[in-house]
Amino acid sequence: MEKVRIENIKKIFRLKKNQQVSNNGVLSNELLVLNGVDLKVKTGEFLVIVGPSGSGKSVLLDVIAGLAKPTSGEVYHDDKKVDGPNLKTSYVFQQYALFPWRTALSNIEFGLETRGVPEGERRRTGRELLSLFGLSGFEDRFPYQLSGGMQQRVAIARSLATNPDLLLMDEPFAALDAQTRETLQDQLLKIWDQKRTTVVFVTHGIEEAVFLADRVVVMTARPGKIKQIIEIDLARPRSEDIRSSVQFAANKEKVWSVLKEEVNKAQRESEYVAGFSR
Amino acid sequence: MPEAIVENKKEAPLLSVAQDDWFRGIKNYKIDFKPYSGLWLVFAFLGLWELLPRIGVVDQVYLPTFSETFKTLIELLLSGKLLVDIGASCFRALAGFTLALLVAVPLGFLMGRYGDFERYTDLFIQILRNTSTFALFPIFLLLFGLGETSKIAIIFYAASWHILINTINGVKNVDPIYIKAAKSMGATDRDLFRKIILPATIPAIVSGARLGAKIAFMVVIAAEMIGAKSGLGFFIQSSQYNFLIPQMYAGVLALSILGVTINYVLVWFEKKTTSWKGELDQSIFG
Repeated sequence: MEKVRIENIKKIFRLKKNQQVSNNGVLSNELLVLNGVDLKVKTGEFLVIVGPSGSGKSVLLDVIAGLAKPTSGEVYHDDKKVDGPNLKTSYVFQQYALFPWRTALSNIEFGLETRGVPEGERRRTGRELLSLFGLSGFEDRFPYQLSGGMQQRVAIARSLATNPDLLLMDEPFAALDAQTRETLQDQLLKIWDQKRTTVVFVTHGIEEAVFLADRVVVMTARPGKIKQIIEIDLARPRSEDIRSSVQFAANKEKVWSVLKEEVNKAQRESEYVAGFSR
Repeated sequence: MPEAIVENKKEAPLLSVAQDDWFRGIKNYKIDFKPYSGLWLVFAFLGLWELLPRIGVVDQVYLPTFSETFKTLIELLLSGKLLVDIGASCFRALAGFTLALLVAVPLGFLMGRYGDFERYTDLFIQILRNTSTFALFPIFLLLFGLGETSKIAIIFYAASWHILINTINGVKNVDPIYIKAAKSMGATDRDLFRKIILPATIPAIVSGARLGAKIAFMVVIAAEMIGAKSGLGFFIQSSQYNFLIPQMYAGVLALSILGVTINYVLVWFEKKTTSWKGELDQSIFG
């Protein structure tokens, strides 16, 4: 049973008047980011997408979310074509994107407000979620009064408030320090284990991908296509010490061996060094 | 309902020490404490003002002592005479400023939101903006006469610029990630404006309004000195013409006190409405 069906998605960005980009030595005004992506996301699976910088991972997520229109190709969510933001889809951003003028509780309530949920129920759901993430007592704090890890937890809580059946996450832990990152990965899995929402998670970190995923999708360098999908054969629930197991390292090696070539391709093309770790 | 799996004990120790007085400090917001240490210099200045005319370093006719000035001020206030003028100035400034808000804020939103609109209007606005306000005052007098209208008009004109520019910048600087996040949560265009763009722009609007208010007050006094029959500026000017020197200084003193009060009220208001931005030294999380 598939939750999301992606068919031959192509995405071309038209650059501003004076900008040009080189596609294999040919200068042009168009940037081809996605070049025919086909993917089926299974219901209830935790799918992680990795790929070099510029491979269009975030763009793909935007297209699935209905926030960006593909140049050609279609995305289906529950067999319905996606042509705009879907009420059953939630999105978590790398920069948290918490509204700074709203308290933590009020941020979580936002998705419920736009759906017309009455105040009492909103408040209750918000408080429950805050307590689920261990943030009880921080309802009235503003984002600037919260640490990065806490802000991201509020952001994830906000995305879960609307009870989505599809959760999109774009490198949500990239802006956090390594310790907080691992803690949040663990917490995310524990919460996911209980809800089993379909998750599409984009990351640069191979260790993060292997720890979280049922399947890992490796994308090619720009223009992005799916290079290979790797099944992660680690049992659930996954505890923290699985990171040091032999199987874990084997899975990491599997992913890296496929990804390595694409990273080199991308680095050769671009001038900056991608942040690849582990 | 799944039980809370996360131990927040890990986070609590990090916060608890600084948390109490820091968060309490934010809740009981107080006005800046800096004036208290600054009072020494003010008293020193007043002391000089009192002393120099007394011992004859400065002629008492041209510079009455502080105590004499203060006495005159109290007398004028009690007799009600000065209050009428102060009221007139305040009324004009407030009217012009309010008008500026009503026009410049919506206009700022339009110009910030619709790039095309800004493209066509920007050059003209730059020309107007860089033409000295007081140079235009004779034009205002000609067009609107010597009454209230001309003064309110010029105050409106002068105050509008800051409000307009700041509002435009505020709208343009709304981080697109907020828009994206709101849309992903199903926000309509109306939701976007009321719940995202508007609150995000308020700090800029308030900042512009603060500058606009200061300009409004400054312009009203100047305008009254140039062409008016009432108001604090007029009072100071006419006191000078009629060689009522203590009265003139009393007027200046009243002006200073009024200006300082307005300033601190505005600063307090600005901090109140933008507390969610936080200040750099308030973040203990680096």
